[in-house]
Amino acid sequence: MNMLKGMGPRERLGLLMIAAALIALPFMLASVGTAWVRITNFAVLFVLLSLGLNIVVGFAGLLDLGYVAFYAVGAYVYALLASPHFGLHLPFWAILPIGAAVACLAGVILGAPTLRLRGDYLAIVTLGFGEIVRIFMNNLSAPVNLTNGPKGITRIDSFQIGPLNFAASDTVAGLVFSGPIKYYYFLLLVLLVVIVINRRLQDSRIGRAWVAIREDEVAAKAVGINTRNIKLLAFAMGASFGGIAGGMFAALQTFVSPESFVLNESIMILAMVVLGGMGNIWGVIAGAVLLSFMPELLRYTVEPVQLALFGKLLVDPEVLRMLVFGLALVLTMRFRPAGLWPETRHRREMTEGRT
Amino acid sequence: MSEVLLEARGIAKRFGGVQALKDVSLTIRSGEIYGLIGPNGAGKTTLFNVFTGLYPRDGGAVLFGGAALDLDSPHAVAAAGIARTFQNIRLFGNMTALENVMVGRHVRTRAGVFGAILRTAAERAEEGAIRRRADELLHYVGIADRADDLARHLSYGDQRRLEIARALATDPKLLALDEPAAGMNATETTALRGLIEGLRRDGLTVLLIEHDVKLVMGLCDRVAVLDYGEKIAEDVPPAVRANPKVIEAYLGKSTA
Repeated sequence: MNMLKGMGPRERLGLLMIAAALIALPFMLASVGTAWVRITNFAVLFVLLSLGLNIVVGFAGLLDLGYVAFYAVGAYVYALLASPHFGLHLPFWAILPIGAAVACLAGVILGAPTLRLRGDYLAIVTLGFGEIVRIFMNNLSAPVNLTNGPKGITRIDSFQIGPLNFAASDTVAGLVFSGPIKYYYFLLLVLLVVIVINRRLQDSRIGRAWVAIREDEVAAKAVGINTRNIKLLAFAMGASFGGIAGGMFAALQTFVSPESFVLNESIMILAMVVLGGMGNIWGVIAGAVLLSFMPELLRYTVEPVQLALFGKLLVDPEVLRMLVFGLALVLTMRFRPAGLWPETRHRREMTEGRT
Repeated sequence: MSEVLLEARGIAKRFGGVQALKDVSLTIRSGEIYGLIGPNGAGKTTLFNVFTGLYPRDGGAVLFGGAALDLDSPHAVAAAGIARTFQNIRLFGNMTALENVMVGRHVRTRAGVFGAILRTAAERAEEGAIRRRADELLHYVGIADRADDLARHLSYGDQRRLEIARALATDPKLLALDEPAAGMNATETTALRGLIEGLRRDGLTVLLIEHDVKLVMGLCDRVAVLDYGEKIAEDVPPAVRANPKVIEAYLGKSTA
């Protein structure tokens, strides 16, 4: 990989250690409880979603408040093609690209009529789109039962590669590979691919055009960028990533219903992008990891602490979670308005790995 | 006489009840520096914005290199070979100077998403060419040492130069400069003048809007004067300077 070329021995060692930690992580977590492996898997899903949204919001500067719609589309495509609902059981490696393509199409359908809008107006329309998709999922149970309405779709197939079933546990050389651990490695692989794609896009003709539109749309037009097409491309790319993440979500949960795709989720993903640092891939990843783990950490600490101190539960962890969440965002915007780890565009990052 | 590069016919533009441009026709010849002057509010920048497709027009057409220009899409205008700068500098502030110029190459390059993701040999070659050309252009306008600085951190004069470099990156046939000397001191203006003369030597046609009449008269081959949205003169500088209508527009009617 050309990313490695520009690194000194210390950076390489660091990267190696991070890789080793990521590989060992699920086993360490499993020793605490399998629930933590699941939590980690969902965190990785949110990282994927944030990276997808980062293309739209971070690179191209288009505020999208309905991003979860593409996640929903991907999830439902997987659910419909791999569950007893229609009696279809396509393999996951066929469905994930289909899900990405359908989500991409949804992105274009949303983008084409709305991209004349800017800023707040675009945000309002995308917010509406997100809700429309969810309401469709909720109501497309009659006259033809397409989505099974609010009851959702159950018994969705797990990933299966030959004899390897992702739902079952396998023991290899004394190590127990539980279902979630297998998914973890798969997700990590997908994440790696998505990071590479993001980095390459960022540092390309198209990536520069996105940033140019974000910086000054009129000037971008004047230098010959077809702003409509390039913005549409950002929407389509972001949506595709959302679709893939959605497919994996469906397989991971084995159950989808419209209530997983509410506005709150869109806002959460947006908060991850903004908190981490719009436009900077590593910042966005950090933001997503932080915000996905924080509620779980609170859940596991606040209850025992309260019980120990007061002997009873005074504040529900769920309430506290939103409080801390809000406080964290306010503090970030006050002290680090560009995010925890903002985008820095300087030569070192730009030229390394490319000659 | 050299051939005609741009011919505008009967350009009209209204803003509500204000007729900003009234039936403006003008001809720019290949290789010349064509000046556009006029008092404040005469419609110079409006005409510019119509030429580059940023404002929809209410009438008229533009022929460029003999073909009709698609004035409804700015990117098609840039592709046809007209590049511009803005009166109030419009750079991509959070991109480096080099990147700003690289964006200018967009219209002459073609790598797409898949090329970028797969880093194909063609994409890498194109990317290298973009970078080399951008580097050359930064040298050409004389700010190569600022290549890695963010555009918004550049000094005012350097930002003007960067904007010209970005416009040149689109390989224009016609470079349209909207008040490039605005806010510049005498030294900077002299340097700018040298730069524009260099552009002409290199075969570029330049359309120049300028308030600095001295600069325009010294630099331009021909000058058009706009007043209240109408063209009142189009000639070589000495003739324009002697034109009574022009004197009236600038100095007012003699009441004596």
